Amino acid sequence: MMKRKARQSKNKARNAFSDKSQTYLHIHAHALFSSLGRIVKNTFTSVMTMLVMAIAISLASGFYLLIDNMQQLTGDIESTNKISLFLKPNVSDKSGRTLAEKIRQNKAVDKVVLITKKQALKEFKEYSGFGEALNVLEVNPLPTVIQVLPKNTLDDLQAIESLMMEFKHFNQVDFAQLDMQWVRRLQTMMQIMQRGVLILTLLLGFAVLLITGNTIRLELQNRRDEVLVAKLVGATYSFIQRPFLYTGFWLGFLSGIIAWLLVSIIMLLLQSPIEELSLLNGRAFELSYFGFFDIISLLSITSFLGVLGAWIVLYYQLQEIKPK
Amino acid sequence: MLKFDHVSKRYPEGSDVLLNVSFHLKRGEMAFLTGHSGAGKSTLLKLIAMMEFCSRGCILLGGQNLNKVTEREIPYIRRKLGLIFQDNKLLYDRTVFDNVALPLIVSGYGYKEIGRRVRASLDKVGLLGKEKKYPLTLSGGEQQRVGIARAVINKPEIILADEPTGNLDPELSAEVMHLFEQFQNVGVTVLIASHDANLLKRMGHRILTLDHGQLKVG
Repeated sequence: MMKRKARQSKNKARNAFSDKSQTYLHIHAHALFSSLGRIVKNTFTSVMTMLVMAIAISLASGFYLLIDNMQQLTGDIESTNKISLFLKPNVSDKSGRTLAEKIRQNKAVDKVVLITKKQALKEFKEYSGFGEALNVLEVNPLPTVIQVLPKNTLDDLQAIESLMMEFKHFNQVDFAQLDMQWVRRLQTMMQIMQRGVLILTLLLGFAVLLITGNTIRLELQNRRDEVLVAKLVGATYSFIQRPFLYTGFWLGFLSGIIAWLLVSIIMLLLQSPIEELSLLNGRAFELSYFGFFDIISLLSITSFLGVLGAWIVLYYQLQEIKPK
Repeated sequence: MLKFDHVSKRYPEGSDVLLNVSFHLKRGEMAFLTGHSGAGKSTLLKLIAMMEFCSRGCILLGGQNLNKVTEREIPYIRRKLGLIFQDNKLLYDRTVFDNVALPLIVSGYGYKEIGRRVRASLDKVGLLGKEKKYPLTLSGGEQQRVGIARAVINKPEIILADEPTGNLDPELSAEVMHLFEQFQNVGVTVLIASHDANLLKRMGHRILTLDHGQLKVG
């Protein structure tokens, strides 16, 4: 009899516990979906807010994608620390070939390519689009060029430069040019742009934070009575702020999704001109879109910003709703 | 249960609203708080509900000094109170059920328990069957009773009512007062602010009279 009673009370306690924990989950689920419901209900305002946020987010993420694509582009030419030797106009092809052979003997040199005047003209005609104009000229204005690719072991700029100085002293050479220099320049420019995009991203992230904060502030004002009554019947701070935090989450999450769509549309619009450009350059260039992890991190960041914006506003504004 | 010890309340911009108020309510006692408007009735109730804090003196509620309560503890103390307001403070975009259930929801009760208690509470105030209605579709007296159902659902140790019959006709007022007596009968302490002198006399409970913030003896 006693045992049965004990078991019954145990069961009762367990039931009460599961009822409570279910309630806890239920309260969270309720806050999650009722805040989504509120966003849907106030369609016009929420869509406006989320579009503004989405534009800010898509600007930042769009620039990141742009940088990413440009890096891929420059990544392709990074390995070319090529030295171009432009020979004097009066140097014959034969003499050029002898010089190329001589350079090939150099231990530091990996590969030598000779581009004769004729080849140069042909290539230029093909790619520049000035073919017709060049036909008018009686003399070939292009010099013979020897392209030298140093061995991989020579990857620091100074060594390559001294090698270039060595070649410069040959009589036949008019001037020498290091292709790596403009690659370096491009890379430095990319670094500047990257930093610029980083600063821009921080600013836009801050804007997203402010927009969510302001939206939550308005929402809080609209639901002032509810907050007041909840306080008076003994609601804790965390109970009161929960639905607002979820609203912040939804704002961030949904505008993240809209931003993703916006960027994808922009990329689609840019794809065909970029393809044309890459055809002109004679290299296939694959435009990169957001990958799976990019999207996950984009949505996590925007959701986090939404919650953070809501939290900051709640921290200050809930104190102001009296009583405590 | 409730003890005021030389309590004064002064708002920053004015004179004393309450001055040197002392009284003691025993557990299960029912008392009326009366006085002209502006005498400090609402302020006194607000001090107990921690909507305001006293400037001098101390208030003991169930042995706890309300001046020494931290902000974190306030919600848990409020759960022991049943607050009833003249303007009901109902949420008009929620059903009667949701309004009455609110104190249990914020306390994290299970849903089965909530459903059971809400029905019991509504039954007590004679509104069983109106759970799904919205407050605005109810009469003034019914709305007031929804407010009472919400106040008592948490089985409070003390009920504080600010002019609960202010908007009701004499018959409904008597009905509501009778309801409060029923709660007193099961051991709940009840403090009601009211200026309805006739009603108070007929009820025959202890009367605390405030005059310009001071408690009159007698």
